[in-house]
Amino acid sequence: MSDLESFRRDTRAWLEANCPAEMRRPVVSENDACWGGRHFKFQSETQRRWLQLMGERGWTVPAWPKVYGGGGLSKEEAAVLNAEMRALGCRPPLVSFGIWMLGPALLAHGTEEQKLEHLPKIARGEIRWCQGYSEPNAGSDLASLATKAEVHDDHLIINGQKIWTSYADEADWIFCLVRTSTAKKHTGISFVLFDMESPGVTTRPIVLISGKSPFCETFFDNVRVPRRNVVGELNAGWTIAKYLLTHEREMIGGIGERSNVKPLGEFAADAVGRDASGRLSEASLRAQIARFEIDEAAFRLLMQATGDRARRGEGNPAMSSALKFYGAELNKRRWELMISAAGADGLEWEGERSRDGTVARTWLRSKGNSIEGGTSEIQLNVVAKRILGLPGV
Amino acid sequence: MALVLNEEQGMLRDSAKAFLSERAPVAHLRKLRDSRDAIGFDRPLWRQFAEQGYSAILVPEANGGLGLGAVEAGIIAEALGRTLTPSPFLSTAVLAARTLARAGSQAQQGALLPKIAAAETVIALAVDETSKHRPAAIAAKAAREGSGWRLTGAKSFVLDGHVADWFIVAARTSERGLTPLLVDAHAAGVQIERTLMVDAHNAARLRFDGVKIGADAVLGEVDAGGAVLDEVLDLGRAVVAAQLLGIADTVFGITLDYLKERRQFDRAIGEFQALQHRAAELYIDIELTRALVLGALQAVDENPAKAALLVAQAKAHACTTADRAVREGVQMHGGIGMTDEFDLGLYMKRARTLQELLGDAGFHADRAAAMSGY
Repeated sequence: MSDLESFRRDTRAWLEANCPAEMRRPVVSENDACWGGRHFKFQSETQRRWLQLMGERGWTVPAWPKVYGGGGLSKEEAAVLNAEMRALGCRPPLVSFGIWMLGPALLAHGTEEQKLEHLPKIARGEIRWCQGYSEPNAGSDLASLATKAEVHDDHLIINGQKIWTSYADEADWIFCLVRTSTAKKHTGISFVLFDMESPGVTTRPIVLISGKSPFCETFFDNVRVPRRNVVGELNAGWTIAKYLLTHEREMIGGIGERSNVKPLGEFAADAVGRDASGRLSEASLRAQIARFEIDEAAFRLLMQATGDRARRGEGNPAMSSALKFYGAELNKRRWELMISAAGADGLEWEGERSRDGTVARTWLRSKGNSIEGGTSEIQLNVVAKRILGLPGV
Repeated sequence: MALVLNEEQGMLRDSAKAFLSERAPVAHLRKLRDSRDAIGFDRPLWRQFAEQGYSAILVPEANGGLGLGAVEAGIIAEALGRTLTPSPFLSTAVLAARTLARAGSQAQQGALLPKIAAAETVIALAVDETSKHRPAAIAAKAAREGSGWRLTGAKSFVLDGHVADWFIVAARTSERGLTPLLVDAHAAGVQIERTLMVDAHNAARLRFDGVKIGADAVLGEVDAGGAVLDEVLDLGRAVVAAQLLGIADTVFGITLDYLKERRQFDRAIGEFQALQHRAAELYIDIELTRALVLGALQAVDENPAKAALLVAQAKAHACTTADRAVREGVQMHGGIGMTDEFDLGLYMKRARTLQELLGDAGFHADRAAAMSGY
């Protein structure tokens, strides 16, 4: 038996023995996810215990080095763990921007001191991070950001405003882009980390068309941040920001692909009924869902192929923009079809039957998928220029 | 299994691409079309397919073949899609070879498979009877007569039927049972009408007026041909999907070059965002098709339980992508794209034919839905 096969066998045995039944039920709402952090309210003791068990093995971040709280697994082993968790329906023990975004950026660009300080707390779910990127006048053109950081000998003083800061009101720390020089647009930006409990930080939630939202406006009024919290060189934060955006795109792109959810066709057939031959009774809806599921299957395989090519050292980094574009559009289509299949029931906004309007609210929320993390139009620009080599403005 | 070609497969792809673009570029099809060639493909070229090993890919090693799989057959088909080379590859080296290998007796295999591997014969699979692909509605009937059979019915869209030495006819042998029958193309009562198609590739309509055939014509068990046919058709569909991918990718390459070269308003038209975004979306569609087609071909070889759904998905997706590629190709080229002199039209015609062949996107989306339980 190869090492990988025996790893697979041991992993499966461990998961079977240790993953509680409650943590193998399908994720049905965003409340089922464990985000960790100083103030996180666990859904249950079991959820807390699952995080702890996985955290002890470093399997919340299986491919990170052990010294930073990770599992020290190779990419192949991490893929096996992921596959086995899917096969058994195990929920991820922890989801967070620290895992998806800041962690990879720190691993690539952080000092040893920064890695040792922050990564283990991300791995154990002790500190929850938010991302301070967009500003009211810096959306698609993110590099025009204006939040100002005055540089002093051993600290920075930050003033300005961020917007669309996901979970800013629940996060413990923020990784933030600030302007440390006005001489040049892209090379006057620095990447800084600070505690959201620092004096001068305030947040205000933004209500979206879905009636709720994780987004906030975040204000900085003379916030003092130690110099050692700058990641990378001063004025060189844009490189890190771009690196991290790639990870964000992959994450949002991945929204189109979910394993723990009932297939759309089945959901729709249960909702609208079947004809005598077992076919979904709305012919036009059935055809649209079939086309959707074909595109979804293709997307899943393209994600896999992109990973396989990357492991061979082939492939283009801008592919993450292609995947982000398609995953976002796919998820929007999914929810268009979900709400169509659900009919009038799917339009209920409150009450237990609709679980407080989950279908309607998620449908509305999904419209943001092709705006956040770089709009679909920006992703297509990237594909056109960086992959297709079309001339740009 | 990784969703990438392995080293040997990568070499096969490169050599097939080089061989076909050297020996049979699009001009080759044009010449056959314009000279109203009686055969519609080049026999010496078909024999070179044997030297290259292409005709032997799906023939088992015991019968003088290479014993390779759907992935390798898909590689050749994709290359054929790039050059639009007419050949009996699909009819004979894919559909007939797999039917014989899957259901033929030792005698049948021994007689025909080595000839397929050597590209010394053309054998055509006859399935369709109506204008749409509908294998569940096969009506051609074989009734027992003496120790043999009497075949009555009609077939259409039979690839290479006008020059085939043998037909493999999917016939109804009982109310629910189908049986593939090996029929000599020169048998009494067989009528063959060559159909000139929009893509200048080769097909025929067949009529069987009480054709007498022997007991040794049966491929596999009587009435058990449905499963054989499903398997063979799925292989064919995956291979056709690969050919559609070759067309889409080639047309996209031609179009992308044009976007960079063609200048209007003092700039390359590829600078216009209206075209950039459409090009980017088409690129993504092609990459999606590429992943899905390889997944389907691998499943045909390695994972039969998952193959049917993946093949249906892949054929549907490839049809849609190739259709988009040729439509965008013509539109983005403007007037030149409409001319017969320019190659794009030939790709559009071939893509349309391959969409229809073995089931269009709607047919396969319907199957995928049924297989997924709705």
